[in-house]
Amino acid sequence: MQRGMNTPPARFDAREASKWFFRHGHTAWLGLRFADQGENWVELELPWREDLLGDRSRPVLASGPIISLMDMASGMAIWQASRTFNPVATLDLRVDYQRPARERASVLGRVECYRRTRSAAFVRGIAHDGDPDDPVAHVAGVFMTIAADPRKENPALGGSAGND
Amino acid sequence: MTDAHSAQELTAYARSLGIKVVGEDTGMPLLSVDFGPNVEGRPAHFHGGATAGLLEAAGYAALRNALLAQGRDPKLKPINITVQYLAAGKSKPAYALGRITRLGRRNVNIAVEAWQDDRSRPIATAVMNILMG
Repeated sequence: MQRGMNTPPARFDAREASKWFFRHGHTAWLGLRFADQGENWVELELPWREDLLGDRSRPVLASGPIISLMDMASGMAIWQASRTFNPVATLDLRVDYQRPARERASVLGRVECYRRTRSAAFVRGIAHDGDPDDPVAHVAGVFMTIAADPRKENPALGGSAGND
Repeated sequence: MTDAHSAQELTAYARSLGIKVVGEDTGMPLLSVDFGPNVEGRPAHFHGGATAGLLEAAGYAALRNALLAQGRDPKLKPINITVQYLAAGKSKPAYALGRITRLGRRNVNIAVEAWQDDRSRPIATAVMNILMG
């Protein structure tokens, strides 16, 4: 991926990157916000919204947007841990739902990248609605790092941006 | 509204994302979402979260369909979902279909596949476990 107007500065900082990431596309539609960060973790907020409900009988967030929240927090935790914005592709993401989020509550997703190898990054985290000790969900994921090959795009990237 | 349609009722989240029931396959609702800003991650590609949302919606649609056939309407408690990403989702419509692997009295296990042009080349799969109260 070429570094350009749409990519954050070389030294990755989740707080700064959020200004780019959440302006467009799926994450903008969800209304994701930056919440907090550490050396190898990032916390994002998914604000409560009427049209993201997942239950006909109660005003609680659907589980789908919680997966999006955790997927995004996972990618950003990997970049935070590596200090660089290198494209990664999700291989496997598992979400264990502990309980429904509280009614009309925003959900926070905190994910840490606990291990990076040359080709893979491992993440784990929780989604909570105010008390990190009483999570809504636990997540675990594996991401593939995508090495830029100038001769040929990695098939996992699906070709260069915008060519299809 | 017919029973078949109520079985295909989608959540507010799924409708808002642009997910639609576009047909039926092997007795299960076939869901689709067009490519657009709502689902875009990297430029011109699906966001993994949007793909997961489509898979999950198809899983629930399949389950509601199966429960309706048995005349059941239990409260659903999601336990987990594991999503495998197999290929990048490109800037064209994506489809998903759920299959009930095992439907018991208290638990159900559902397998879901999502694809774009070529059904035999899924872009993502999911396994979901749901408890029923």
